[in-house]
Amino acid sequence: MPMQLPPQLPSPEQLIDALVAQIKPQIHSDCALVGIHTGGVWIMDALAERLGADIPRGVLDIAFYRDDFSRIGLHPESKPSHLPFDVEDRRILLLDDVLYTGRTIRAAMNLLFDYGRPAAIRLAVLVDRGGRELPIQADYVGVKLDLAADEHISLENNESEGLHFVMKRKP
Amino acid sequence: MSANNLQLTDDGRLRHLLTLDGLPARILNQILDTAASFITVTDADRDVKKVPLLRGKAIFNIFFENSTRTRTTFEIAAKRLSADVVNLNINASSQSKGETLLDTIANLSAMQADMFIVRHAAAGAGHLIARHVEPHIHIVNAGDGRCSHPTQGLLDMFTLRHYKGPFHNLRVAIVGDVLHSRVARSQIHALTTLGCPEVRVVAPKTLLPRDVENLGVHVFHKMEEGIKDVDAVLMLRLQNERMRGSRLPSAGEYYKHWGLTPEKLKLARPDAIVMHPGPMNRGVEIDSAVADGMQSVILSQVTFGIAVRMAVMSILAGN
Repeated sequence: MPMQLPPQLPSPEQLIDALVAQIKPQIHSDCALVGIHTGGVWIMDALAERLGADIPRGVLDIAFYRDDFSRIGLHPESKPSHLPFDVEDRRILLLDDVLYTGRTIRAAMNLLFDYGRPAAIRLAVLVDRGGRELPIQADYVGVKLDLAADEHISLENNESEGLHFVMKRKP
Repeated sequence: MSANNLQLTDDGRLRHLLTLDGLPARILNQILDTAASFITVTDADRDVKKVPLLRGKAIFNIFFENSTRTRTTFEIAAKRLSADVVNLNINASSQSKGETLLDTIANLSAMQADMFIVRHAAAGAGHLIARHVEPHIHIVNAGDGRCSHPTQGLLDMFTLRHYKGPFHNLRVAIVGDVLHSRVARSQIHALTTLGCPEVRVVAPKTLLPRDVENLGVHVFHKMEEGIKDVDAVLMLRLQNERMRGSRLPSAGEYYKHWGLTPEKLKLARPDAIVMHPGPMNRGVEIDSAVADGMQSVILSQVTFGIAVRMAVMSILAGN
Protein backbone atom coordinates (compact mmCIF):
# COMPACT_ATOMS: atom_id res chain seq x y z
CA MET A 1 0.00 0.00 0.00
CA PRO A 2 1.54 3.36 -1.02
CA MET A 3 2.23 5.85 1.80
CA GLN A 4 3.07 9.50 2.23
CA LEU A 5 6.78 10.27 2.38
CA PRO A 6 8.06 11.53 5.75
CA PRO A 7 7.91 15.38 5.67
CA GLN A 8 11.53 15.70 6.86
CA LEU A 9 12.84 13.61 3.91
CA PRO A 10 14.87 15.71 1.41
CA SER A 11 14.87 14.86 -2.31
CA PRO A 12 17.40 12.29 -3.59
CA GLU A 13 19.26 15.08 -5.42
CA GLN A 14 19.65 17.07 -2.19
CA LEU A 15 20.90 13.97 -0.40
CA ILE A 16 23.41 13.24 -3.16
CA ASP A 17 24.71 16.82 -2.80
CA ALA A 18 25.07 16.23 0.94
CA LEU A 19 27.03 13.03 0.29
CA VAL A 20 29.32 14.79 -2.20
CA ALA A 21 30.24 17.36 0.47
CA GLN A 22 31.21 14.56 2.87
CA ILE A 23 32.97 12.36 0.34
CA LYS A 24 34.89 14.83 -1.81
CA PRO A 25 37.78 15.45 0.65
CA GLN A 26 38.28 11.66 0.96
CA ILE A 27 38.71 10.91 -2.75
CA HIS A 28 42.25 9.89 -3.72
CA SER A 29 43.85 8.29 -6.74
CA ASP A 30 43.51 4.74 -5.35
CA CYS A 31 39.72 5.06 -4.88
CA ALA A 32 36.93 3.38 -6.83
CA LEU A 33 33.16 3.80 -6.66
CA VAL A 34 31.10 0.60 -6.55
CA GLY A 35 27.31 0.73 -6.85
CA ILE A 36 24.98 -2.07 -5.78
CA HIS A 37 22.26 -2.87 -8.31
CA THR A 38 20.01 -0.97 -8.94
CA GLY A 39 19.70 2.05 -6.67
CA GLY A 40 23.40 2.15 -5.78
CA VAL A 41 24.32 2.38 -9.45
CA TRP A 42 22.10 5.44 -9.98
CA ILE A 43 23.71 7.10 -6.97
CA MET A 44 27.18 6.19 -8.22
CA ASP A 45 26.53 7.80 -11.60
CA ALA A 46 25.12 10.96 -9.98
CA LEU A 47 28.06 11.15 -7.56
CA ALA A 48 30.67 10.63 -10.27
CA GLU A 49 29.15 13.47 -12.26
CA ARG A 50 29.29 15.85 -9.28
CA LEU A 51 32.73 14.77 -8.07
CA GLY A 52 34.00 15.53 -11.55
CA ALA A 53 37.14 13.47 -11.12
CA ASP A 54 37.91 10.46 -13.28
CA ILE A 55 37.19 7.79 -10.69
CA PRO A 56 36.92 4.11 -11.73
CA ARG A 57 33.38 2.77 -11.38
CA GLY A 58 32.09 -0.77 -10.83
CA VAL A 59 28.72 -2.47 -10.52
CA LEU A 60 27.76 -5.29 -8.17
CA ASP A 61 24.78 -7.61 -8.40
CA ILE A 62 24.52 -9.62 -5.19
CA ALA A 63 21.93 -12.18 -6.41
CA PHE A 64 24.46 -15.02 -6.13
CA TYR A 65 25.58 -13.97 -2.64
CA ARG A 66 22.25 -13.44 -0.87
CA ASP A 67 21.68 -15.26 2.41
CA ASP A 68 17.98 -15.90 1.77
CA PHE A 69 18.55 -18.15 -1.29
CA SER A 70 17.47 -21.30 0.56
CA ARG A 71 14.24 -19.57 1.62
CA ILE A 72 13.13 -17.69 -1.46
CA GLY A 73 15.28 -19.07 -4.27
CA LEU A 74 17.22 -17.26 -6.92
CA HIS A 75 16.35 -13.63 -7.47
CA PRO A 76 14.45 -13.55 -10.77
CA GLU A 77 16.51 -10.75 -12.31
CA SER A 78 20.23 -11.04 -11.88
CA LYS A 79 22.65 -8.80 -13.74
CA PRO A 80 26.34 -9.45 -14.31
CA SER A 81 28.71 -7.81 -11.85
CA HIS A 82 31.38 -5.69 -13.49
CA LEU A 83 34.48 -4.30 -11.80
CA PRO A 84 36.75 -2.84 -14.52
CA PHE A 85 39.69 -2.25 -12.17
CA ASP A 86 41.90 -4.30 -9.84
CA VAL A 87 40.23 -4.63 -6.43
CA GLU A 88 43.54 -5.58 -4.79
CA ASP A 89 44.73 -2.71 -2.53
CA ARG A 90 41.99 -0.39 -3.85
CA ARG A 91 40.02 1.94 -1.53
CA ILE A 92 36.41 1.07 -2.35
CA LEU A 93 33.50 3.39 -1.74
CA LEU A 94 30.45 1.12 -1.70
CA LEU A 95 27.15 2.81 -2.59
CA ASP A 96 23.57 1.79 -1.91
CA ASP A 97 20.26 3.64 -1.74
CA VAL A 98 18.80 2.42 1.56
CA LEU A 99 20.60 0.78 4.49
CA TYR A 100 18.23 -1.51 6.45
CA THR A 101 19.17 -4.97 7.80
CA GLY A 102 22.77 -4.81 6.53
CA ARG A 103 22.43 -8.16 4.74
CA THR A 104 22.87 -6.66 1.27
CA ILE A 105 26.11 -4.99 2.40
CA ARG A 106 27.36 -8.28 3.89
CA ALA A 107 26.72 -9.98 0.54
CA ALA A 108 28.37 -7.14 -1.40
CA MET A 109 31.50 -7.31 0.75
CA ASN A 110 31.79 -11.07 0.24
CA LEU A 111 31.45 -10.54 -3.51
CA LEU A 112 34.14 -7.81 -3.46
CA PHE A 113 36.55 -10.11 -1.65
CA ASP A 114 36.10 -12.73 -4.38
CA TYR A 115 37.75 -10.19 -6.69
CA GLY A 116 40.68 -9.43 -4.37
CA ARG A 117 41.72 -7.83 -1.07
CA PRO A 118 40.75 -4.16 -1.01
CA ALA A 119 42.80 -1.71 1.10
CA ALA A 120 39.54 -0.42 2.61
CA ILE A 121 35.80 -0.46 2.05
CA ARG A 122 33.69 2.55 3.04
CA LEU A 123 29.91 2.65 2.80
CA ALA A 124 27.77 5.58 1.65
CA VAL A 125 23.95 5.46 1.59
CA LEU A 126 21.25 8.00 0.84
CA VAL A 127 18.99 6.76 3.65
CA ASP A 128 19.76 4.90 6.89
CA ARG A 129 16.34 3.70 8.02
CA GLY A 130 17.48 1.69 11.06
CA GLY A 131 16.52 -1.95 11.72
CA ARG A 132 20.00 -3.49 11.46
CA GLU A 133 20.36 -7.26 11.87
CA LEU A 134 24.14 -7.33 11.37
CA PRO A 135 26.97 -5.23 12.87
CA ILE A 136 27.25 -2.97 9.80
CA GLN A 137 27.16 0.86 9.76
CA ALA A 138 27.52 3.42 6.99
CA ASP A 139 30.44 5.89 6.92
CA TYR A 140 28.50 8.51 4.94
CA VAL A 141 24.73 8.96 5.36
CA GLY A 142 22.42 11.34 3.48
CA VAL A 143 19.63 11.19 6.07
CA LYS A 144 18.62 9.00 9.01
CA LEU A 145 14.97 7.92 9.29
CA ASP A 146 13.33 5.91 12.03
CA LEU A 147 10.88 3.66 10.17
CA ALA A 148 8.61 0.93 11.52
CA ALA A 149 9.29 -2.65 10.43
CA ASP A 150 6.32 -2.66 8.03
CA GLU A 151 7.32 0.63 6.36
CA HIS A 152 9.52 0.25 3.29
CA ILE A 153 11.29 3.05 1.49
CA SER A 154 12.94 2.57 -1.89
CA LEU A 155 14.62 4.71 -4.51
CA GLU A 156 13.00 4.64 -7.95
CA ASN A 157 14.04 6.15 -11.25
CA ASN A 158 12.13 6.94 -14.42
CA GLU A 159 12.26 9.44 -17.23
CA SER A 160 9.38 11.67 -16.12
CA GLU A 161 10.24 11.99 -12.41
CA GLY A 162 13.96 11.18 -12.30
CA LEU A 163 15.25 9.84 -8.98
CA HIS A 164 12.52 9.78 -6.33
CA PHE A 165 11.59 7.93 -3.16
CA VAL A 166 8.57 5.64 -2.76
CA MET A 167 7.15 4.56 0.60
CA LYS A 168 4.99 1.46 1.00
CA ARG A 169 3.46 -0.44 3.87
CA LYS A 170 4.25 -4.14 3.62
CA PRO A 171 3.25 -6.75 6.18
CA MET B 1 0.93 -36.94 -15.74
CA SER B 2 2.37 -34.63 -18.38
CA ALA B 3 6.00 -33.59 -18.32
CA ASN B 4 5.07 -30.06 -17.33
CA ASN B 5 3.10 -31.15 -14.28
CA LEU B 6 6.25 -32.93 -13.20
CA GLN B 7 8.62 -30.14 -14.18
CA LEU B 8 6.80 -27.15 -12.73
CA THR B 9 5.61 -26.33 -9.23
CA ASP B 10 1.97 -25.40 -8.64
CA ASP B 11 2.89 -21.72 -9.01
CA GLY B 12 4.73 -22.28 -12.29
CA ARG B 13 8.36 -22.40 -11.20
CA LEU B 14 10.87 -24.97 -12.43
CA ARG B 15 11.11 -27.99 -10.11
CA HIS B 16 12.89 -30.45 -12.45
CA LEU B 17 14.39 -29.97 -15.91
CA LEU B 18 13.35 -33.02 -17.92
CA THR B 19 12.54 -31.70 -21.40
CA LEU B 20 12.19 -28.39 -23.22
CA ASP B 21 8.95 -29.65 -24.78
CA GLY B 22 6.14 -27.49 -23.42
CA LEU B 23 8.37 -25.33 -21.23
CA PRO B 24 7.12 -21.72 -21.45
CA ALA B 25 9.28 -18.96 -22.99
CA ARG B 26 9.24 -17.20 -19.60
CA ILE B 27 11.28 -20.03 -18.06
CA LEU B 28 13.59 -20.46 -21.05
CA ASN B 29 14.39 -16.74 -20.95
CA GLN B 30 14.90 -16.80 -17.18
CA ILE B 31 17.52 -19.54 -17.63
CA LEU B 32 19.27 -17.71 -20.49
CA ASP B 33 19.30 -14.38 -18.59
CA THR B 34 20.63 -16.00 -15.43
CA ALA B 35 23.34 -17.78 -17.44
CA ALA B 36 24.46 -14.40 -18.81
CA SER B 37 25.17 -13.28 -15.22
CA PHE B 38 27.12 -16.46 -14.48
CA ILE B 39 29.49 -15.81 -17.40
CA THR B 40 31.28 -13.18 -15.29
CA VAL B 41 32.04 -15.66 -12.48
CA THR B 42 35.07 -16.86 -14.41
CA ASP B 43 36.29 -13.39 -15.42
CA ALA B 44 40.08 -13.22 -15.36
CA ASP B 45 40.03 -10.39 -12.80
CA ARG B 46 38.23 -12.48 -10.18
CA ASP B 47 40.55 -14.13 -7.66
CA VAL B 48 37.82 -16.58 -6.64
CA LYS B 49 36.13 -18.08 -9.69
CA LYS B 50 33.08 -19.38 -7.90
CA VAL B 51 30.00 -18.13 -6.06
CA PRO B 52 28.64 -19.44 -2.73
CA LEU B 53 25.08 -20.05 -3.95
CA LEU B 54 24.86 -23.84 -3.50
CA ARG B 55 27.22 -24.16 -0.56
CA GLY B 56 26.33 -27.28 1.43
CA LYS B 57 24.20 -28.84 -1.34
CA ALA B 58 25.04 -32.33 -2.59
CA ILE B 59 24.71 -32.88 -6.33
CA PHE B 60 24.98 -36.39 -7.73
CA ASN B 61 26.02 -36.84 -11.35
CA ILE B 62 24.60 -40.25 -12.21
CA PHE B 63 25.54 -41.41 -15.67
CA PHE B 64 24.14 -44.73 -16.84
CA GLU B 65 25.64 -43.95 -20.25
CA ASN B 66 29.12 -42.61 -20.90
CA SER B 67 29.63 -38.94 -21.62
CA THR B 68 32.81 -37.41 -20.36
CA ARG B 69 32.11 -33.93 -21.67
CA THR B 70 28.54 -33.50 -20.41
CA ARG B 71 29.42 -34.99 -17.04
CA THR B 72 32.48 -32.77 -16.73
CA THR B 73 30.62 -29.57 -17.59
CA PHE B 74 27.92 -30.39 -15.01
CA GLU B 75 30.66 -31.10 -12.47
CA ILE B 76 32.45 -27.82 -13.17
CA ALA B 77 29.16 -25.91 -13.06
CA ALA B 78 28.25 -27.42 -9.69
CA LYS B 79 31.70 -26.66 -8.29
CA ARG B 80 31.51 -23.03 -9.46
CA LEU B 81 28.31 -22.81 -7.44
CA SER B 82 30.21 -24.22 -4.41
CA ALA B 83 28.13 -27.43 -4.30
CA ASP B 84 29.60 -30.81 -3.34
CA VAL B 85 29.63 -33.09 -6.36
CA VAL B 86 29.62 -36.88 -6.48
CA ASN B 87 30.18 -38.59 -9.83
CA LEU B 88 28.80 -42.06 -10.41
CA ASN B 89 29.23 -44.17 -13.51
CA ILE B 90 26.55 -46.74 -12.96
CA ASN B 91 27.66 -49.07 -15.77
CA ALA B 92 30.47 -50.02 -13.50
CA SER B 93 28.36 -50.05 -10.36
CA SER B 94 25.36 -51.78 -8.76
CA GLN B 95 23.27 -51.96 -11.94
CA SER B 96 25.60 -54.67 -13.12
CA LYS B 97 24.74 -56.48 -9.89
CA GLY B 98 21.02 -56.29 -10.71
CA GLU B 99 19.85 -53.28 -8.66
CA THR B 100 16.92 -51.43 -10.24
CA LEU B 101 17.08 -47.77 -11.25
CA LEU B 102 14.69 -46.71 -8.48
CA ASP B 103 16.59 -48.70 -5.86
CA THR B 104 19.78 -46.94 -6.92
CA ILE B 105 18.05 -43.56 -6.60
CA ALA B 106 16.51 -44.45 -3.22
CA ASN B 107 19.96 -45.38 -1.91
CA LEU B 108 21.52 -42.18 -3.16
CA SER B 109 18.63 -40.14 -1.72
CA ALA B 110 19.35 -41.75 1.65
CA MET B 111 22.83 -40.23 1.34
CA GLN B 112 21.16 -36.76 1.53
CA ALA B 113 21.30 -35.80 -2.13
CA ASP B 114 19.74 -32.48 -3.13
CA MET B 115 19.90 -32.91 -6.89
CA PHE B 116 20.44 -35.68 -9.43
CA ILE B 117 21.91 -35.05 -12.87
CA VAL B 118 20.83 -38.11 -14.85
CA ARG B 119 21.95 -39.51 -18.18
CA HIS B 120 20.30 -42.75 -19.26
CA ALA B 121 19.90 -44.72 -22.49
CA ALA B 122 16.17 -45.18 -21.84
CA ALA B 123 13.80 -42.37 -22.86
CA GLY B 124 11.86 -41.04 -19.87
CA ALA B 125 14.33 -42.23 -17.21
CA GLY B 126 14.41 -38.72 -15.70
CA HIS B 127 10.61 -38.58 -15.60
CA LEU B 128 10.46 -41.93 -13.85
CA ILE B 129 12.92 -40.77 -11.20
CA ALA B 130 11.16 -37.40 -10.79
CA ARG B 131 7.91 -39.22 -9.99
CA HIS B 132 9.51 -41.15 -7.15
CA VAL B 133 11.90 -38.78 -5.39
CA GLU B 134 11.02 -36.73 -2.32
CA PRO B 135 9.76 -33.21 -3.05
CA HIS B 136 12.98 -31.43 -2.04
CA ILE B 137 15.10 -33.36 -4.58
CA HIS B 138 15.56 -31.90 -8.07
CA ILE B 139 16.24 -33.83 -11.28
CA VAL B 140 18.11 -32.60 -14.35
CA ASN B 141 17.89 -34.73 -17.47
CA ALA B 142 21.39 -34.85 -18.99
CA GLY B 143 20.19 -36.88 -21.98
CA ASP B 144 17.67 -39.74 -22.15
CA GLY B 145 17.69 -42.10 -25.12
CA ARG B 146 16.63 -40.36 -28.32
CA CYS B 147 14.21 -38.24 -26.41
CA SER B 148 15.74 -35.07 -25.07
CA HIS B 149 18.87 -33.25 -23.89
CA PRO B 150 17.48 -30.02 -22.47
CA THR B 151 20.68 -28.38 -21.21
CA GLN B 152 22.31 -28.89 -24.64
CA GLY B 153 19.28 -27.24 -26.26
CA LEU B 154 19.53 -24.37 -23.79
CA LEU B 155 23.23 -23.79 -24.33
CA ASP B 156 22.60 -23.79 -28.07
CA MET B 157 19.94 -21.10 -27.56
CA PHE B 158 22.33 -19.12 -25.35
CA THR B 159 25.04 -19.32 -28.03
CA LEU B 160 22.62 -18.31 -30.79
CA ARG B 161 21.31 -15.35 -28.81
CA HIS B 162 24.84 -14.31 -27.86
CA TYR B 163 26.05 -14.13 -31.46
CA LYS B 164 22.89 -13.44 -33.42
CA GLY B 165 20.58 -11.45 -31.14
CA PRO B 166 16.82 -11.89 -30.75
CA PHE B 167 15.27 -15.09 -32.08
CA HIS B 168 12.44 -13.41 -33.99
CA ASN B 169 14.90 -12.29 -36.68
CA LEU B 170 16.59 -15.64 -37.23
CA ARG B 171 16.57 -18.34 -39.87
CA VAL B 172 18.17 -21.50 -38.48
CA ALA B 173 19.02 -24.84 -40.11
CA ILE B 174 19.45 -28.08 -38.14
CA VAL B 175 21.43 -30.47 -40.32
CA GLY B 176 22.05 -34.21 -40.07
CA ASP B 177 20.73 -37.21 -38.19
CA VAL B 178 17.55 -35.71 -36.76
CA LEU B 179 15.96 -39.14 -36.34
CA HIS B 180 18.36 -40.37 -33.66
CA SER B 181 19.14 -36.99 -32.12
CA ARG B 182 17.86 -35.93 -28.72
CA VAL B 183 19.73 -32.67 -29.29
CA ALA B 184 17.66 -31.83 -32.41
CA ARG B 185 14.38 -32.36 -30.55
CA SER B 186 15.44 -30.04 -27.74
CA GLN B 187 16.65 -27.42 -30.23
CA ILE B 188 13.39 -27.49 -32.20
CA HIS B 189 11.23 -27.10 -29.07
CA ALA B 190 13.34 -24.24 -27.77
CA LEU B 191 13.58 -22.38 -31.09
CA THR B 192 9.84 -22.50 -31.76
CA THR B 193 9.00 -21.48 -28.18
CA LEU B 194 11.43 -18.56 -28.28
CA GLY B 195 9.82 -17.24 -31.47
CA CYS B 196 12.30 -18.23 -34.19
CA PRO B 197 10.21 -17.74 -37.36
CA GLU B 198 12.05 -20.20 -39.59
CA VAL B 199 13.44 -23.46 -38.24
CA ARG B 200 14.65 -25.80 -40.98
CA VAL B 201 15.61 -29.41 -40.66
CA VAL B 202 17.95 -30.62 -43.37
CA ALA B 203 18.48 -34.36 -43.66
CA PRO B 204 18.11 -37.43 -45.88
CA LYS B 205 14.64 -39.00 -45.65
CA THR B 206 16.07 -42.03 -43.86
CA LEU B 207 17.33 -39.84 -40.99
CA LEU B 208 14.12 -37.87 -40.36
CA PRO B 209 11.30 -38.85 -38.02
CA ARG B 210 8.08 -39.42 -39.98
CA ASP B 211 6.08 -36.74 -38.12
CA VAL B 212 8.78 -34.07 -38.13
CA GLU B 213 6.61 -31.44 -39.89
CA ASN B 214 4.25 -31.50 -36.91
CA LEU B 215 6.99 -29.89 -34.83
CA GLY B 216 6.58 -26.70 -36.87
CA VAL B 217 9.73 -26.96 -38.99
CA HIS B 218 10.47 -26.66 -42.70
CA VAL B 219 11.93 -29.87 -44.14
CA PHE B 220 14.70 -29.92 -46.77
CA HIS B 221 16.24 -32.98 -48.40
CA LYS B 222 19.01 -31.09 -50.19
CA MET B 223 21.74 -29.47 -48.13
CA GLU B 224 22.36 -26.73 -50.72
CA GLU B 225 18.73 -25.60 -50.47
CA GLY B 226 18.43 -26.15 -46.73
CA ILE B 227 21.27 -23.92 -45.61
CA LYS B 228 20.76 -21.18 -48.21
CA ASP B 229 20.66 -17.73 -46.51
CA VAL B 230 20.44 -19.07 -42.94
CA ASP B 231 21.88 -17.16 -39.95
CA ALA B 232 23.05 -20.29 -38.19
CA VAL B 233 23.87 -23.88 -39.13
CA LEU B 234 23.35 -26.30 -36.26
CA MET B 235 25.16 -29.50 -37.21
CA LEU B 236 24.29 -32.82 -35.59
CA ARG B 237 26.64 -35.64 -34.82
CA LEU B 238 26.35 -38.75 -36.99
CA GLN B 239 26.65 -41.59 -34.54
CA ASN B 240 29.16 -44.19 -35.64
CA GLU B 241 26.81 -47.08 -35.06
CA ARG B 242 24.33 -45.54 -37.53
CA MET B 243 26.85 -45.69 -40.32
CA ARG B 244 26.99 -49.45 -40.09
CA GLY B 245 23.21 -49.78 -40.44
CA SER B 246 21.16 -49.85 -43.60
CA ARG B 247 20.07 -46.19 -43.49
CA LEU B 248 23.30 -44.85 -44.98
CA PRO B 249 25.62 -45.93 -47.76
CA SER B 250 29.00 -44.95 -46.23
CA ALA B 251 30.76 -42.21 -44.29
CA GLY B 252 32.35 -40.93 -47.52
CA GLU B 253 29.01 -40.80 -49.30
CA TYR B 254 27.43 -39.03 -46.29
CA TYR B 255 30.20 -36.42 -46.28
CA LYS B 256 29.70 -35.77 -49.98
CA HIS B 257 26.00 -34.96 -49.59
CA TRP B 258 25.61 -33.85 -45.96
CA GLY B 259 29.05 -32.85 -44.73
CA LEU B 260 29.43 -29.11 -44.06
CA THR B 261 32.29 -27.94 -46.27
CA PRO B 262 33.55 -24.37 -46.80
CA GLU B 263 31.90 -24.42 -50.27
CA LYS B 264 28.47 -25.36 -48.88
CA LEU B 265 28.79 -22.89 -46.01
CA LYS B 266 29.12 -20.08 -48.57
CA LEU B 267 25.43 -20.58 -49.36
CA ALA B 268 24.48 -19.44 -45.85
CA ARG B 269 24.58 -15.77 -44.94
CA PRO B 270 28.15 -14.44 -44.89
CA ASP B 271 27.92 -13.81 -41.13
CA ALA B 272 26.29 -17.17 -40.36
CA ILE B 273 27.61 -19.10 -37.37
CA VAL B 274 28.29 -22.85 -37.25
CA MET B 275 27.44 -24.90 -34.17
CA HIS B 276 27.95 -28.58 -33.24
CA PRO B 277 27.11 -30.34 -29.95
CA GLY B 278 30.25 -32.48 -30.09
CA PRO B 279 31.99 -34.78 -30.26
CA MET B 280 32.59 -34.04 -33.95
CA ASN B 281 33.27 -36.57 -36.70
CA ARG B 282 35.64 -34.50 -38.80
CA GLY B 283 35.39 -35.43 -42.43
CA VAL B 284 31.96 -37.03 -41.92
CA GLU B 285 29.37 -34.39 -40.93
CA ILE B 286 31.79 -31.46 -40.83
CA ASP B 287 34.96 -30.47 -42.62
CA SER B 288 37.92 -29.47 -40.43
CA ALA B 289 38.24 -26.17 -42.30
CA VAL B 290 34.71 -25.29 -41.12
CA ALA B 291 35.02 -26.74 -37.61
CA ASP B 292 38.15 -24.66 -36.98
CA GLY B 293 37.12 -21.74 -39.19
CA MET B 294 36.11 -18.15 -38.46
CA GLN B 295 32.38 -18.91 -38.44
CA SER B 296 32.63 -21.79 -35.98
CA VAL B 297 31.44 -21.08 -32.41
CA ILE B 298 31.75 -24.71 -31.33
CA LEU B 299 34.18 -24.07 -28.48
CA SER B 300 32.11 -21.12 -27.23
CA GLN B 301 29.21 -23.56 -26.92
CA VAL B 302 31.28 -25.59 -24.46
CA THR B 303 32.16 -22.51 -22.39
CA PHE B 304 28.59 -21.21 -22.39
CA GLY B 305 27.37 -24.70 -21.48
CA ILE B 306 28.90 -24.31 -18.03
CA ALA B 307 27.12 -21.00 -17.35
CA VAL B 308 23.82 -22.43 -18.63
CA ARG B 309 24.13 -25.47 -16.34
CA MET B 310 24.96 -23.17 -13.42
CA ALA B 311 21.76 -21.26 -14.18
CA VAL B 312 19.64 -24.42 -14.35
CA MET B 313 21.04 -25.85 -11.11
CA SER B 314 20.73 -22.63 -9.15
CA ILE B 315 17.17 -21.95 -10.34
CA LEU B 316 16.11 -25.51 -9.49
CA ALA B 317 17.81 -25.54 -6.10
CA GLY B 318 16.03 -22.33 -5.12
CA ASN B 319 12.53 -23.50 -6.17
